[in-house]
Amino acid sequence: MTTRLQKEARKESLMINMGPSHPAMHGTIRIMLELDGEKVRNSEVEVGYLHRGFEKTCENKTYFNLLPYTDRLNYVSPLINNVGYVMTLEKLMDVTVPERAQYIRVIMSELSRISDHLTALAAMTMECGAFTVFLYYIKAREEIWKVIEKTTGARMTTSYIRIGGVRCDLHPDFKKDVDRAMKVTRDVLKDVKGLLDKNKIWIDRTRDVAVVSPDMAVNYGFTGPCLRASGVKYDVRKARPYLIYDKLDWVVPLGENGDNFDRYMVRMKEMEQSLRMVEQCIEQIPEAVPEAKGEINPHEAIKAARTQKPDEEIRLSPNLKGSEKEKYPTILSDKYGVKVPPKEDTYTTMEGLIQHFKFFMKGHGIRPPKGEVYFSVEGGSGELGYYIVSDGSDRPYRLHLRGPCFHIVSALEEMIKGHYIADVIPTFGSTNMIGGELDR
Amino acid sequence: MGKIRPIQKYSYYQKTAHGGFIATKLNYAIGWGRKFSIFHYPFITACCGMEYMSAACAHWDFDRFGVGMTTFSPRQSDLLFVVGTISHKEAPVLKTVYDQMVEPNWVIACGACAVSGGIYDNYAVVQGIDRIIPVDVYIPGCPPRPETILNALLKLQDKIQKQKQDLRWNIVKE
Repeated sequence: MTTRLQKEARKESLMINMGPSHPAMHGTIRIMLELDGEKVRNSEVEVGYLHRGFEKTCENKTYFNLLPYTDRLNYVSPLINNVGYVMTLEKLMDVTVPERAQYIRVIMSELSRISDHLTALAAMTMECGAFTVFLYYIKAREEIWKVIEKTTGARMTTSYIRIGGVRCDLHPDFKKDVDRAMKVTRDVLKDVKGLLDKNKIWIDRTRDVAVVSPDMAVNYGFTGPCLRASGVKYDVRKARPYLIYDKLDWVVPLGENGDNFDRYMVRMKEMEQSLRMVEQCIEQIPEAVPEAKGEINPHEAIKAARTQKPDEEIRLSPNLKGSEKEKYPTILSDKYGVKVPPKEDTYTTMEGLIQHFKFFMKGHGIRPPKGEVYFSVEGGSGELGYYIVSDGSDRPYRLHLRGPCFHIVSALEEMIKGHYIADVIPTFGSTNMIGGELDR
Repeated sequence: MGKIRPIQKYSYYQKTAHGGFIATKLNYAIGWGRKFSIFHYPFITACCGMEYMSAACAHWDFDRFGVGMTTFSPRQSDLLFVVGTISHKEAPVLKTVYDQMVEPNWVIACGACAVSGGIYDNYAVVQGIDRIIPVDVYIPGCPPRPETILNALLKLQDKIQKQKQDLRWNIVKE
């Protein structure tokens, strides 16, 4: 099969194939290059190596069950994907979320954003040869993931943000843990700045390479750090504030030239802003319901329920710590039928069991009204939008994802044109291409 | 693991290469050497790659087990680390990479997608890489934790130690 590039190529040019099995291509993209000496004369990008049928799969899953699939879109910041999806559905169903849950969502989003930027820059710097920086970045990411794991129960694919709120409350030592993680992250950012910001090699590799003008960025549909590096002030969190972002004090970092160095710099500055936001959230977050004392083993509780007196309350904690029924009002919406009924009711009362079955039975679960809805949040690498068409049944008629990477990667051919072949790698790294989101 | 006895005379082995006391010990010694010098090729496509990165970096550090050398040429690697979802479009690439590896070689399928297709039971995804290439160790999990990856490496080292070594590089012609 001859490609467009092969047809257009000059006879004397050297054709080179990069990827998909190439260390810098993340295994999921192929770039065909037409070279003139060492310069890229023309190129063609082929995507689709990680097509997993996300959108079609979602049409066959209930609204509740498709949540884990959203984790695996942008797998570096899964919590933001969760937020985007559940907020789209909440917009369609008109659900209000308790304030504490909103704060938890913002904290988790911002921690995810930091880990996203850390990973993106780690990959970019490693591919340029800065292996120390890579190790430092991953050290900070590890600390952040520790906090996420302790709260959500998983390191990456968390499915923590649920329709109507969040899965469970923050763990008791959250403040201490997150302080530690933020301290480590700040130290790492300081170290990396010292290593890279005035480093001649780094500047030579990134300055004035792959310059994207503001017009070009807007025309291609850039969003996120790549757009802001070109100097366009657009951030979904500022343009259309969702959750409690309008209550926080932060600025949108902007670049000047739109080259690789600016894309690196904007990400570094954004991480600092995210850390600021997390700090503010922890100060402002409303108090949780105090944890009741004493825990009962599930089998003891079920035994007790058999001989339950009418005025007796059975306490049960079969799941994550802190997910008991009394916590529900502060972390989950009170709207009927959008959340999983508390396990205390399911295991101990007849009504609770019926509610549980009604939630999970085919054709009964979450059934939003007929209609279509679009909602977008600021993801790790740009505007992450979900478009859902509902026909009134318990699964979406159509679900479309607007992934930010796709638009940025589509400009890659123009970005690397006329540069050296070695510049392809930092340029590609600075776009933060994530296969799950690009190919879906 | 037992004690390694030094091989005393190389020329003696050459005369009695097929069977006998020394041959089994040589098998052991070569296995010991091979299991601590694995050059691996990470074939990373998806989410599990993030956990692979964690396992490879300073915090978990699988270099402790002698698997630290990452080579991005299949011709120089012993271990193919298939990390992440393999779609039908990706499958021929994986097969090509595997075919380029020199023997002896081993394969680890890391993550539910590589093992069995995982949650992606649909038209686009290969339902387990063992439909294309042979697999030595399967790592479950979506994604597996770094500890699981480390455990898999230990399991693979056990396997390399115990298996009958490939001695084709030293065939004696008399």
